[in-house]
Amino acid sequence: MNQTTQTPTGLSVRGLGGSASGPPRARARRRLHSEQWAAWAFLTPVTVYLLAFFAYPLYRNLDLSLRDYTVRSFVSGGAEFIGLANHRKVLGDPAFAPALTHTVVFTLVSLAFQFAIGLALAVFFAKSFRLSAILRALFLVPWLLPLIVSASTWSWMLNSDSGVVNAALRLVGIAPVHWLTSPQWSLLSVILANVWIGIPFNLVVLYNGLQSIPAQLYEAAQIDGANGWQQFWRVTFPLLRPVSAITLLLGLVYTLKVFDLIWIMTRGGPSDSSTTLATWSYRLSFGNLLPEFGPGAAVGNLLIVMALAAGLIYIRAQKRQYQR
Amino acid sequence: MNQLASRWRGLGVTLVALVTAGGLVACSSSDGTTGGSTYTIWDPYPQFDDSSNWVKLLSDCGSKAGVTVKRTAFDTSDLTSKTLLAAQQGNAPDVLIVDNPVISTLAEAGVLTTSDDNKLDTSAIDQNLLGAGQSGGKTYGIPIGANTLALYYNKAVLQASGVDIASVKDWASLTAALAKTTAAGKKGITFSAIGTEEGSFQFLPWFWGSGAHLTKLDSAEAVSAVTLWTDWLKKGYAPNSAINNTQTTSWQEFATGQYAFAENGTWQLANAKKTGFEYGIIAIPAINGGTAAAPTGGEFVSVPVQKTTSRYAVSQKLVACLTDSDNSLTTTTTLSYIAPTAAVQAKQVAANPELKVWVEAVGAAKGRTGDNLGTKYPKISQPLWTAMQAALSGSATPQAALTTAQAAAAAATK
Repeated sequence: MNQTTQTPTGLSVRGLGGSASGPPRARARRRLHSEQWAAWAFLTPVTVYLLAFFAYPLYRNLDLSLRDYTVRSFVSGGAEFIGLANHRKVLGDPAFAPALTHTVVFTLVSLAFQFAIGLALAVFFAKSFRLSAILRALFLVPWLLPLIVSASTWSWMLNSDSGVVNAALRLVGIAPVHWLTSPQWSLLSVILANVWIGIPFNLVVLYNGLQSIPAQLYEAAQIDGANGWQQFWRVTFPLLRPVSAITLLLGLVYTLKVFDLIWIMTRGGPSDSSTTLATWSYRLSFGNLLPEFGPGAAVGNLLIVMALAAGLIYIRAQKRQYQR
Repeated sequence: MNQLASRWRGLGVTLVALVTAGGLVACSSSDGTTGGSTYTIWDPYPQFDDSSNWVKLLSDCGSKAGVTVKRTAFDTSDLTSKTLLAAQQGNAPDVLIVDNPVISTLAEAGVLTTSDDNKLDTSAIDQNLLGAGQSGGKTYGIPIGANTLALYYNKAVLQASGVDIASVKDWASLTAALAKTTAAGKKGITFSAIGTEEGSFQFLPWFWGSGAHLTKLDSAEAVSAVTLWTDWLKKGYAPNSAINNTQTTSWQEFATGQYAFAENGTWQLANAKKTGFEYGIIAIPAINGGTAAAPTGGEFVSVPVQKTTSRYAVSQKLVACLTDSDNSLTTTTTLSYIAPTAAVQAKQVAANPELKVWVEAVGAAKGRTGDNLGTKYPKISQPLWTAMQAALSGSATPQAALTTAQAAAAAATK
């Protein structure tokens, strides 16, 4: 927008007839006007799209969370405005602290392992070798499978009695572990599955980031006598930082909202031991015979705020990097 | 990079928003219900396609009433929110067939007409089945058929372990039978203790069979029921996976032929014949003998509120057609249900003597939302399944878990 208003190059050419009589500044303003209209016209489709599919749902969610929706008022309207009562109710709920802790642990541990393993694999595949393309493609499989398929497969594999994991443990003489049905293990099990699902994404993005690092840098480092480890920490890692940041941010947003995987594997149980804010929100709104839309939407708001905060931190870090 | 990154971030943030917020509004339906002689019916039977007897019955009833029927099938867990959203948009279906404990929720929402408005005749229906559709002295629907839970047993496994099924009369003898089968190297019993309504549904026969009431979750009787299940898991009489089993996965365990008993419903009868082993069925015993009350399952036919009240007359004809005694036999046979009227139940048993035990079980069953609990039931059921899961997974003792549950239920139903 700024650029178009600052370059009045077409003025003299367009200065025909009546417009020549007016002072140049007025002509500029008129011209600016029509260009602005055109710009807005071009913006309309995306604006309408954003309003319909992003702004309106967000507004509805906010509205739901600020009103006392019973099933009756959900249908017939006229839900009472109750301010932040739903949020207070959610924050004061005994289920809140565990859900928040689980969300933080689930997100951070998932991210750390997804990123570390994804980076290791990316570095590994960056050195092209025979079959590397095929192997890399195979690593993408978890990403391509529908989530319901991978989650169901994990829950079969981790089944206490007939799961293949416990069968393998039994073979080597270790007592079976109640992966999905004991409060000590359930969160770890869903994290394990989520890490597996998240690796391909990290691998792909980081691998492409590696491709953009000029080979000369490595040659120069080698001439300076840097070994493989030093090359990674002094060249690869710093140059990969912008890509790493965006990978982690996307991973964070993606992991915060993970719901289907946990729901299919444990339903957030047993006794809430793997409940995150996302599954809690779903259970409040849809997981019961009597839906509680208000508190469910309030939990949804918390998730949005968390993702937003991460985004703002990212932007700040990004700005500082450019200023340097 | 910066532009790209911020666009990605924006996309990511809005993705979360979309998933959390958009999910709430994304599923309104566009079925018009105001069009002349087309009447919409929603049912929770996606397993039946257009060639099935069920759908044929629907269109026959339509043509008898002189209208075209447009039928849409939903997954049963989706149907409640779909109906609420449709009612909000003013396009609820003309006839709605929905799981019985949902009736009180929809009635509370003002979505359903009462029998005063829709003139449905419920006089022939068994009172214990109709209970789930009544609230505040009004009747909001009519059961299309009923199912409930009982114990399937594997004859070969019991024989190999030296258990006589006639000896299983109460909890003590059942536990003794489980001990014998486990000692013989087989597995005891499988059930579904999942942390959803399904888990409560499976636990209720034991809960009620102990003499406990839903209004007091921490009674000594309730503790004895949770302890029964917890001990079974501890001693290996029941698989640990029961904590995550749905009724379907629990059935799959029984179908391996390794288990002596399985708690499951009428709807598995057809699958039972496919297992390849001989099976029998007994009612779930109460703590000191006798039949425990099991919760009634099965759907109700109801008539949602419409702007054009003149539509009720035809809707009433459709419902009457689906539930009249001739069609009831077809319907219940198709759905593998027990009929809600004594007359049709007698016909069913005459045609298939195997159903006798189920007819008795349905006779002893009671509605979850009955006892005037109505919409309080969901608020009690959730603490109940949470407590059951806490005890089974060993994170709390049965007594402690149920004390927490009672506090939660009391706070929620206040």
